Amino acid sequence: MDYTAPQSGFRQHPKMRMRNTSMEGAEPSQLFDDTSVPPGAQAAGFPGQGVGATVYPAQTLLSEPMSNLAMAYGTSLAHQSKDLVEKNLDRFLPISKLKYYFAVDTVYVGKKLGLLVFPYMHQNWEVIYQQDTPVAPRFDINAPDLYIPVMGFITYILVAGLAFGTQDRFSPEILGMQASSALVWLIMEVLVVLLSLYVVTVNTDLTTIDLVAFSGYKYVGMIVGVVAGLLFGPTGYYLGLLWCSLSIFIFMIRTLRLKLLSEAAAQGTLFRGARNQLRMYLTMSIAAAQPLFMYCMTYHLVR
Amino acid sequence: MALTMYALIQTAILCTNAVAVLHEERFLSRIGWGVDQRVGGFGDDPNVKAQILTLIRSVRTVMRVPLILVNSVSIVLLLLFG
Repeated sequence: MDYTAPQSGFRQHPKMRMRNTSMEGAEPSQLFDDTSVPPGAQAAGFPGQGVGATVYPAQTLLSEPMSNLAMAYGTSLAHQSKDLVEKNLDRFLPISKLKYYFAVDTVYVGKKLGLLVFPYMHQNWEVIYQQDTPVAPRFDINAPDLYIPVMGFITYILVAGLAFGTQDRFSPEILGMQASSALVWLIMEVLVVLLSLYVVTVNTDLTTIDLVAFSGYKYVGMIVGVVAGLLFGPTGYYLGLLWCSLSIFIFMIRTLRLKLLSEAAAQGTLFRGARNQLRMYLTMSIAAAQPLFMYCMTYHLVR
Repeated sequence: MALTMYALIQTAILCTNAVAVLHEERFLSRIGWGVDQRVGGFGDDPNVKAQILTLIRSVRTVMRVPLILVNSVSIVLLLLFG
């Protein structure tokens, strides 16, 4: 067996892990598409690096023919089961739809965070469409995404742990309790909003994931409030929370107005009708529930 | 407040049980919310009451059998693990 000759795909793997896996551009079953700059531009820098890598010590074990066969069988089995899992998972979790919500970049995240904290200057809140499908969040700042809510949730848990630490109340269990508590509140809020949307019979293209995204935007305000409270004491906490509550209230009203209310009301004119009034109340209550949740989930962190 | 996923599941089971156990003749008809007392409005029906009644009716129809299973499972688990 000549090790310097083009090696079998599996034996290549231990070395390959030392390089960037973006070189495997021809990998047929990628679970996560690379939605950023095409990978051809990135791979140019990497081929020169891995040549000097030392020979993986376990390669002698992998050289024997029987283990070679076993490895090949194992690899094919792994690929098969991965395909099976992917196929079945797509039935329960709409993974292709989820990919849309994570197609973000740094500029979008920066602008969106700024919008969440200061939404007063933004003029155009419409979501850009491209032949009936909404454009990816990277190209449209008004589109909802799941990156900020997920990161906000995790950061909130970490900041809560920090806050507990400053109160000498920290323990790993309390971190888990905070996480599941926040998750339960999120689930309940989304369920209540779904229920009220059904009862009021709003014809909207808001999906459940959109609602999860909108409910997750309040974590940004909570984090700002708690960090202000940690740095400047209770006064800083209340000021930060007040500012962020107002911002998220305006943000939610302006975003939901376009999605829930009919065209006439969305342009600012007061369209007096029983249905629109009900929808207006619904929008108002969803927006007003956000500061309430923000306060309830953070007051025990800053004492 | 220390909410857990377990509490959420408990709440969901209890609420669904409550809706499933609701007796139409004895309660809903008395307050004018019975199935036979609804106005058959076709087309757009933004009537909140009609939507709630439809929701109650559909929950009862859909969740009867799964609730039997879920309740049996929770009874067994509660007996075993307290």
